[in-house]
Amino acid sequence: MSDIDVKMTINGQEIEAKADPRTLLIHFLREDQNLTGAHIGCDTSHCGACTVDIDGKSVKSCTVFVGQANGSDITTIEGIAHPDGTLHAIQEAFRQNHGLQCGFCTPGMITRAYRLLQENPTPTETEIRYGISGNLCRCTGYQNIVKSIMAASRELSLKEAAE
Amino acid sequence: MIPGSFDYHRPSSIGDAIGLMSSLGDDAMIVAGGHSLIPMMKLRMALPEHLVDLQDVQSLKSISIENSQITLGAMVTQAELITSEELHEICPLLREAALQIADPQVRYVGTIGGNVANGDPANDMPAIMQTLNASFTLVGPNGERSVAARDFYQGAYYTTREDGEILSSIHLDAPTSGHGSAYEKQKRKIGDYATAAAAVVLTLSGGTCATASIGLTNLSETPLWAEEAASILVGSSLDRETIKAAAAAAKAITNPAEDGRGPIEFRKHVAGIMVERAIAKAHSRAR
Repeated sequence: MSDIDVKMTINGQEIEAKADPRTLLIHFLREDQNLTGAHIGCDTSHCGACTVDIDGKSVKSCTVFVGQANGSDITTIEGIAHPDGTLHAIQEAFRQNHGLQCGFCTPGMITRAYRLLQENPTPTETEIRYGISGNLCRCTGYQNIVKSIMAASRELSLKEAAE
Repeated sequence: MIPGSFDYHRPSSIGDAIGLMSSLGDDAMIVAGGHSLIPMMKLRMALPEHLVDLQDVQSLKSISIENSQITLGAMVTQAELITSEELHEICPLLREAALQIADPQVRYVGTIGGNVANGDPANDMPAIMQTLNASFTLVGPNGERSVAARDFYQGAYYTTREDGEILSSIHLDAPTSGHGSAYEKQKRKIGDYATAAAAVVLTLSGGTCATASIGLTNLSETPLWAEEAASILVGSSLDRETIKAAAAAAKAITNPAEDGRGPIEFRKHVAGIMVERAIAKAHSRAR
């Protein structure tokens, strides 16, 4: 089986690599690109810990082959904060609202919330719950995660209004 | 979990894809969104030597509506189906059903073509397509043919699609304006397959049911089109007794497996309830 050449943009940086076609995107990100923010939870496309943003879609990277992502523009949790290192409003909201306990699901939760708020900047609580229904958290009971996303939505709307 | 090794191909036209499938033979498989196939490959229950990815075949990606005729390209994702206002306007059943499939991440990637072609009896769209009397276009080395959704499914993961053929599009007529439809799905949690699910499309004429169609998901080796159950509704006022009788007729053709979703009797029982609820909801939505 022959390796394939892949080229993609990850967190704004263009990368080129050779890869075995059976490499899953999550393994490529974590092991070849040293981007260990996205986690492997269930490895069966249920838990959402491996969620990354591909071409404007939230995707479970444990269920995508690296070749399928060839040519795409990917944002992982490492690319969410501002270039100067200050936290994104969603990250800050998770911090302020105790939106995590063990933190294992958090990269997936934040990456998913990032896309959700782009598509629907002012979601209701129900819309948030449906919006993150592909992300499992075994600690929080979701209460503070939902609260964090609500807070981030308000913060981002205020910022937009000020601009 | 690491899948077995394979060579990866990404043709840019349907012709090239069919050519590849012919030349690569039995060991090649088509991948659309991959959210059914890749988990099977990780379990080594699917071991293709070649994967032919259709993502660059632009001709498979459009939703087109002319008059009331709907054509869905096989590579249209569930998310695209959900966000199409034009489609929702004339056939709201599609959005209602698609929103009950898996979760947002899976719907961004999962395609309508994959959902109907795979032949998994737990998939939701096959019964929807049977209810709407859709037909599937299959393209292969010997040209193109059309198969009715009601004739397409032969067993679990076994359909009339031949090796080397690609399901390229789905065609259906939007139900008559004023129709009512509903998809009721009982599942243990978000993202789960149905314990039982029922789709109903019906039209009314002066208070009585003029036409009806009922489809059932995950209650047999194939999706089920409950023809007799629907015929019981036609001509009635959709009163409680008639709805009960139709639900009983639908239940009678089910043959669910006993699994984590419950024993056979329970799943049949839930099937009846889903049919009753879907009829009542479709009725309330019909004009």
